[in-house]
Amino acid sequence: MEDKYSKYKKSVHGIYRLIIILWCFIGIITVMGVYIMVDPTLSAFRSQAPQETLVAIPEEDDYDKIEDGIHVRTGFIAAPGLMETINNCTNCHSSKLVIQNRMDKERWVATIRWMQETQNLWDLGENEAIIVDYLVENYPLEKMGRRKNLSAIEWYALRD
Amino acid sequence: MERRKFIGRAALAALSGAMGAEIVFGKSLPNGYIPLGLQNPDPFKMFNKDNQMVLLNDKPWNMEAQAHLLDDKVTPNKYIFIRNNGLVPESIDVKNWTLTIGGESVAKEKTYSLAELKSKFKQYTYQLTLECGGNGRAEFNPPTKGNQWTIGAVFCAKWTGIRLRDVLEDAGIKNDAVYIGYHAIDEHLSRDPKKAPISRGAPMAKALQDETLLAFKMNGADIPLVHGYPLRLVAGGWPASVSGKWVQRISIRNKVHDGAKMTGDSYKVPCNPVAPEEKVNEKDMCIIESMPVKSLITHPKTGAMILKGKKLDIRGHAWAGELEVAKMEYSIDFGATWNQCPIEKPANRLAWQHFSAQVDFPKKGYYEIWCRATDAQGISQPMLIPGWNPKGYLNNACQRIAIKVT
Repeated sequence: MEDKYSKYKKSVHGIYRLIIILWCFIGIITVMGVYIMVDPTLSAFRSQAPQETLVAIPEEDDYDKIEDGIHVRTGFIAAPGLMETINNCTNCHSSKLVIQNRMDKERWVATIRWMQETQNLWDLGENEAIIVDYLVENYPLEKMGRRKNLSAIEWYALRD
Repeated sequence: MERRKFIGRAALAALSGAMGAEIVFGKSLPNGYIPLGLQNPDPFKMFNKDNQMVLLNDKPWNMEAQAHLLDDKVTPNKYIFIRNNGLVPESIDVKNWTLTIGGESVAKEKTYSLAELKSKFKQYTYQLTLECGGNGRAEFNPPTKGNQWTIGAVFCAKWTGIRLRDVLEDAGIKNDAVYIGYHAIDEHLSRDPKKAPISRGAPMAKALQDETLLAFKMNGADIPLVHGYPLRLVAGGWPASVSGKWVQRISIRNKVHDGAKMTGDSYKVPCNPVAPEEKVNEKDMCIIESMPVKSLITHPKTGAMILKGKKLDIRGHAWAGELEVAKMEYSIDFGATWNQCPIEKPANRLAWQHFSAQVDFPKKGYYEIWCRATDAQGISQPMLIPGWNPKGYLNNACQRIAIKVT
């Protein structure tokens, strides 16, 4: 009888232990599963030190920052038509190429046609007039005659 | 997910987008390595240029010197202007680099490895002046479109290579040959693989000159990547665009080469002089060949202040396209009187020549020193901006520096 009881007690104990182990096991798997869902590459277990040298990425809100009336990223003057000009005129070449040129409306349009015919520029649609107005307004022709005075001279004392 | 990680991955994607191409093997980029196309680049470091060089454009890369940077007799790389019509190649497979001579007027198309070119043909070294056709464009009125070069798109370096003539003759030139055209590996700005950014050339007479080289070396070292490594055409005295960079193919043509920037108004001027802003039909435009006579005062730098009674040493270079410079003069009174000064013989044909003088100033005040070269045919530099042309080429007006005597 006693023997039977202790046998029974033992097997209950055994089952009880099994259940605990099973639960622990399930618990561990759950924790691991949840972790893998969160971090599938197990990156937390890898060395982190070299990651510190990644490229600095400008804050999203600074991307189109304007300072002193200049769109910082491109150097364009901030005025109506700025974004249309950036979006259509800086894909192939730099804004620097636009800024250093001075043309009237007719010649800007001719330049756009040339780019459309030979340089893969797309049809600008309604933006064409906006862009041409922006360029003529903000980068006007200067009257400079047959030869300008020398300017922006940085004077310095010349010693031998 | 860690924020940094996410930003890193998103940044890679965004930057791939910005480059217009997927960064293949982006995941295996070494930590801390920034791909060339992404570097918010210090172009002066990237191209080994002096930081007094002036950046005109960063897509495509265009950069010019200032007069005082060009003082050396043989221009070192750090002061050599950069002119690109397309994108600088991102990598060069120098082991498998070949040059093919083809075209309608080649006897038999022939391909050479770099090693074959170097061993099979005799090598020559020349100092050759290369000037951008648009050097001086910034002064045209009304303005003309393109990079607004002032005076610094010129240099004279020492080029080592083989004669183009030797290679063309090795492949065989048919009797009907008219022109050569080069083809290179640089990509069009739109990255359209069907478009070449530039494919220019020269008439056979220029192609066959002794000094027209297929160069491997500049100033005794491998040509820097941005200047055409590993193989570049060098045709001194002509618009520098004839001197194609990264050359892989040369076509011997039975007509004037019709590659990119040979047609339309590129590198052409009106055959007959026109009034400013006049429209010119394509058929009335002529391809620029030899560049005009020109000179630069490279010392002192403009803006020098000197004490009254002191003499001022000036020096510089003069060049004249296919011709030699025969006479050099300077003026301190806005061209009213001219003083002749000695001009050295060129190191070889098509090399720029050096001049120097000692200048006296009669009294205190503001002066401009103007310099004027005259070529072997008696043609001088104009004091005002020369004839307007639709693309603003060939401005060879006298250069001016400002001086104050105090």
